[in-house]
Amino acid sequence: MMEDFFEIAGNKYRSRLIVGTGKYKDFAETKRAIEVSGAEIVTVAVRRVNITDPNKENLLDYLDPKKYTILPNTAGCYTAEDAVRTCRLAREAGVGKLVKLEVIGDDRTLFPDVPATIEAAKILVQEGFVVLPYINDDPITAKRLEEIGCAAVMPLAAPIGSGLGIRNPYNIRIILEQAKVPVIVDAGVGTASDAAMAMEMGCHAVLMNTAIAGAKDPILMAEAMRLGIEAGRKAYLAGRIAKKLYATASSPLDGLLI
Amino acid sequence: MKLKINGEEREIADGLTVTALLEELKIRPARVVVERNREIVAREVYGITRLADGDMLEIVHFVGGG
Repeated sequence: MMEDFFEIAGNKYRSRLIVGTGKYKDFAETKRAIEVSGAEIVTVAVRRVNITDPNKENLLDYLDPKKYTILPNTAGCYTAEDAVRTCRLAREAGVGKLVKLEVIGDDRTLFPDVPATIEAAKILVQEGFVVLPYINDDPITAKRLEEIGCAAVMPLAAPIGSGLGIRNPYNIRIILEQAKVPVIVDAGVGTASDAAMAMEMGCHAVLMNTAIAGAKDPILMAEAMRLGIEAGRKAYLAGRIAKKLYATASSPLDGLLI
Repeated sequence: MKLKINGEEREIADGLTVTALLEELKIRPARVVVERNREIVAREVYGITRLADGDMLEIVHFVGGG
């Protein structure tokens, strides 16, 4: 098969699975799950150091930034200002210019605040960040963010951590038809078939965290997700048959005994 | 002098640099980013940036997240 990859900011990625690093029982498990997932891009959050008990261990001790593309997020930010501030802090850590922009609108759904996301994206693109925004499955929002100069668009499959899978495949399809930047399904994936479905539709990548970290066996699920992504991608490239209402025989009719 | 570090009041010796403060807090400079009164302090100037009474500091790092 020819070489298959997607590109962000000129970098080629062969793995179409992007994984988060939250909710694991410890850093060793995080590291192992990421290795097994085959992911090349991993998301991280920016938080205050606990100054009364500064933990000796740091996430980056387990995730070599030379090996992985580190994608800091703005999770927990409810305003454009906070999101921009978080991105600036992340960039100063020296792991690159990629940011996963999320400006949350409501703590029950964790749906994005679209106007605030657009506002923050404009500032960040101007400041030279490579912006990957988390958005609703809304084609117009995707278009606006692409016009602003975002390097990809990341529509949700379903609410963060819900595991519901792709709730509106039709909107995702419209986003895919329009977009000239990679479309990464971000959030809401529950199991391997959800990831495969996103790939079969032609999405460029899938970003997930809870589906792996929250599984009974996160390492096994990391492998399942890797395989689901690969299977879905190959099915997309192979070109599936059309759906039909009636049967078409698989065995030849010629030479029948009767 | 009094500083506010990550939202907590701290009493520390006058005129400490950012480098000295991180040492006192046993924080490895390579893994953190420091913001002083809402402005990021570049790592290269930790050693010559003297803190002043009433400074508000944020010391952040990467943690697991999705």
